[in-house]
Amino acid sequence: MTTTISDEIQARAGGRNWKKPLGWGAALLVLGWSWQGAGIAPGLLIDNFDNMVVLASDFVPPTFTNLTRYIHEMLVTIQIAIWGTLLAVICAVPFGLLSASNVAPWWINQPIRRLMDACRAINELVFAMLFVVAVGLGPFAGTLALFVHTTGVLAKLFSEAVEAADPGPMEGVRVTGAGRIEEILFGLIPQIMPLWVSVSFYRFESNIRSATVLGMVGGGGIGVSLWQSLRGFDYAEAATIMLVIIVAVTLLDMLSQQVRKRYI
Amino acid sequence: MTAISVERLDKSFGNHAALRDIGFEIAKGEMVTLIGPSGSGKSTLLRLFIGLTAADRQSHSHVRVLARDVQRQGHLVGARREQRRRTGYIFQQFNLVSRLSVMTNVLIGHLGAMPRWRALAGRFTRREYDAARRALARVSIEELAEQRANTLSGGQMQRVAIARALVQDAEVILADEPIASLDPRSAREVMEILERINREDGRTVVVTLHQVDVARRYCRRAIALKKGRLYYDGPIAGLTDTRLQVLYEDAGLDELGVHEDRPPTTGLLHAVG
Repeated sequence: MTTTISDEIQARAGGRNWKKPLGWGAALLVLGWSWQGAGIAPGLLIDNFDNMVVLASDFVPPTFTNLTRYIHEMLVTIQIAIWGTLLAVICAVPFGLLSASNVAPWWINQPIRRLMDACRAINELVFAMLFVVAVGLGPFAGTLALFVHTTGVLAKLFSEAVEAADPGPMEGVRVTGAGRIEEILFGLIPQIMPLWVSVSFYRFESNIRSATVLGMVGGGGIGVSLWQSLRGFDYAEAATIMLVIIVAVTLLDMLSQQVRKRYI
Repeated sequence: MTAISVERLDKSFGNHAALRDIGFEIAKGEMVTLIGPSGSGKSTLLRLFIGLTAADRQSHSHVRVLARDVQRQGHLVGARREQRRRTGYIFQQFNLVSRLSVMTNVLIGHLGAMPRWRALAGRFTRREYDAARRALARVSIEELAEQRANTLSGGQMQRVAIARALVQDAEVILADEPIASLDPRSAREVMEILERINREDGRTVVVTLHQVDVARRYCRRAIALKKGRLYYDGPIAGLTDTRLQVLYEDAGLDELGVHEDRPPTTGLLHAVG
């Protein structure tokens, strides 16, 4: 027995000898290849340093004349995030359960997983542009965009929680003669609820950040003003808007984290 | 009256024969132990009784519980939910829902007998609450009703699981290694509760054990399995030390799991050692 163990250690060490440099080589190759594609040119930062100083100085001092309007628009942004997330949570519960292999058979969970993949693959901004065409400019288009994308994300996270759940309690409910749905309600949901709540609030936080740019494509919220001020080179206004965004996002992140912590 | 009847039962996992040609009958009101080394097929047999597992398709296997077919030739038959409701099942790992209260865990025993809409809404009646409270009193943990299940000790969790089976009003109680994860004192208390349910309520109790001395103390009849075959079926007294020696011949000494409150130099250990 001892010989086989030491053999194994030696084999592993031997394997590492050639695997390690190979791994580093591959990583460097990928990094170099991406450097080119991403057009990284640090020289530009130095060459344009003077321009950047001018640009940065245009941001200060921020003009606070339109502050109340921006705060109002930020509230609309938060409202978009609230409803976009809530609708997504409601839909992600059935979709999440149905794409879990321990709840639904493969001929149900595979198609639903692919559908959720599609919802997730397309960025919120793209959905927003589509919904602007469908329902017109404004916050509703943005809400729908967040809703569809977030459903895809949450359904995946929810179903992963379901698949990681302990089958024991479900079996404990099954042997009492309870039906399949009761088994899920009583044996499964209580186990995974804390995780579901936690990821939902996390998505709410990130949806507020996403909602701030939806306005750029006509999806409503503070993004409209941000886009207009940037396009009009009105950087003092843009600075005010960014400050409002930073303060609001920070406050809501903190609030949401408190709720998450309390629930677990 | 027959509570459980098993005929020509075959069960394989891949190429491994877990159970071969098992047949016996258990009468109502009996307290029977299924005994044998680990891997002898005890747990599999118990799961076959309530259709958690199906027997081999190409076999003549037939399982009847409480005069109703559970499975025939590897096909689960009959009203499985109703059958499970009439059979209580106790697990080694308790299988409680840890984030729910003790009370809710016991109330879950009612789900199989409730109208569907009330079960889905989780609305239990006063009578159901009362029955749950009585069951908790029966296993002497009434005062823990409002605690979360995951705050309990192993012995307390197993009592909750028994209370859940009591609430089902199950005529047959199947217990799969109910004391294997418990300390000696909790193990004794759990076995005493099972014995009392058998004696006072006349419920049929089938319990898998690997501690021979526990089986001797609480059960009148033993069914012993060895490598998936029926090795002994009869009064527990007939399971002599010589027979046990053969039953456990390939298993390590620790397989016997002789109770810790028994001095390690008893005749039994000598017989097996």
